[in-house]
Amino acid sequence: MQFGIFTIGDVTTDPTTGRTPSEHERIRATVELAKKAEEADLDVFATGEHHNPPFVAPGNPPILMAYLAAATERLILSTATTLITTNDPVRLAEDYAYVQHLSGGRVDLMMGRGNTGPVYPWFGKDIRDGIALAVENYALLHQLWREDVVTWEGRFRTPLHGFTATPRPLDGVPPFVWHGSIRSPEIAEQAAYYGDGFFHNNIFWPSSHTRRMVDLYRRRFEHYGHGRADQAIVGLGGQVFMRKNSQDAVREFRPYFDHAPVYGGGPSLEEFTRETPLTVGSPQQVIERVLGFREYVGDYQRQLFLMDHAGLPQKTVLEQIDMLGEEVVPVLRKEFAALKPAHVPDAPTHASLVAARGAVAAPERTEPSVDRWTGTRAEDDNKL
Amino acid sequence: MSRIVVISGGLGTPSSTRVLADDILAHLRDDLAARGETLEETVVELRELAHPVMDAMLTGFPTGELARVVDAVAEADALVVVSPTFSASISGLVKSFFDILEPDTLAGTPVLLAATGGTERHSLMLEFAMRPLFSYLGAEPVRTAIFAATADFGAGSAALRTRVARGSAELADAVAGAGRRSSRETAGFVDFQQLLAG
Repeated sequence: MQFGIFTIGDVTTDPTTGRTPSEHERIRATVELAKKAEEADLDVFATGEHHNPPFVAPGNPPILMAYLAAATERLILSTATTLITTNDPVRLAEDYAYVQHLSGGRVDLMMGRGNTGPVYPWFGKDIRDGIALAVENYALLHQLWREDVVTWEGRFRTPLHGFTATPRPLDGVPPFVWHGSIRSPEIAEQAAYYGDGFFHNNIFWPSSHTRRMVDLYRRRFEHYGHGRADQAIVGLGGQVFMRKNSQDAVREFRPYFDHAPVYGGGPSLEEFTRETPLTVGSPQQVIERVLGFREYVGDYQRQLFLMDHAGLPQKTVLEQIDMLGEEVVPVLRKEFAALKPAHVPDAPTHASLVAARGAVAAPERTEPSVDRWTGTRAEDDNKL
Repeated sequence: MSRIVVISGGLGTPSSTRVLADDILAHLRDDLAARGETLEETVVELRELAHPVMDAMLTGFPTGELARVVDAVAEADALVVVSPTFSASISGLVKSFFDILEPDTLAGTPVLLAATGGTERHSLMLEFAMRPLFSYLGAEPVRTAIFAATADFGAGSAALRTRVARGSAELADAVAGAGRRSSRETAGFVDFQQLLAG
């Protein structure tokens, strides 16, 4: 099972000191968190994608991923999420394949729609088309990574005629894709259709939402013939704050909870920890809570934690990642591994995908049938 | 058996809004019995759920008792909604409760609309504020909507009783004539081939 952290890169005032980090500080802090995640022996670092303040998550995650690829050795770099609605699938195909090469295959990505209405029109889109955009754009991305020459026509972008997305995916194997959604059954269905992973953020919402969506995804994964329902690839988010004594954790986290833009003015910390998977307490409490996730989603492959939001100081977040790495994850690895039946697969990695592809005979590498130096030109006949 | 949920938005205890709700309920029990139906009623005092309603507005999901009420509303065969008139319109609390429901929760649900107010000059509030709301939500408000002004609880009570009787009979007809509504467990599910086809 893979463990890691995910960040949305919010720039939030620390309510206990009134201090707001600069964008520059927060961006450098993000890099430091990723390095710390590797040092703490975590497996995954996933960055959000944002186009509006108060966030500094990159508008194009591969920029950060490329930097982190050079700054780390083993860490898998992922996204939480890549906006499949407002990005051009052609650019996604190109940029993520490129960073896949730079990182030696340490890249996967998670598709999300984005729930901030005003962002869509900035990119010429409409939030009401969210599902349709996710379906069409991903279908194109999927094709661009698997076919060397693509001729395509759809609703949301200009047609492609004899187009080749470059670079081709590393070893001819596209990055593994997760689809993230809180409660859109269409997205669970989409993940199941392709045999891709399904990720539920599992924070801010009651576990009943998570259970319902994962259950649908698993049933449909089996329906589409990718394996048994319990072999579907499931990832979960989670949010924790830990101190040795649980009372200390609650006392320290409360002002951040009370003032966080996503929580503030709503239910109390106690209500929220009862109704959602948010866990504030001792490392042992976190271990028990996370093991409990398995009871409503089954054996799953990836667990990501949100550690760095709501204005928590960087020093505290680094301590939290240390605790995660030292006291929580080693126990969870052991416990989850002991519970997992042998036929339930691990999360796919580049190496496992290459191995699986090898088993069904690698496709022959051929040069795309275009002018190999300049690509096709307008004046070419374009009969490909 | 007809499951009817009564949503009362009164703030006092007792409130005239709840008094009107109880009057309607008494008529409904008889009217349903006359049509061979038994009544299983759930009366919800929104006042007790005011904080959870606002929490649900902020977090996006109802919890605890409010979640049970939302489920009861989704499963109900009909609703009776009684709101006080505040500032010439539906009470903010009642509106907020219906704001937090998932889309289509009320689709096809017969609803009897009722309101209380200090003066009968507010009575059209039922028609310009409440009826459009429930039409938008896809519910099926019956023709009669019942307004009870302060005066209606005194000398005007005979006319009020007539309106209550008429509204209740209309709702009982709607309930007795309707088939069971289907479960919403798989709401929103579309097969992927159909999604791909656009």
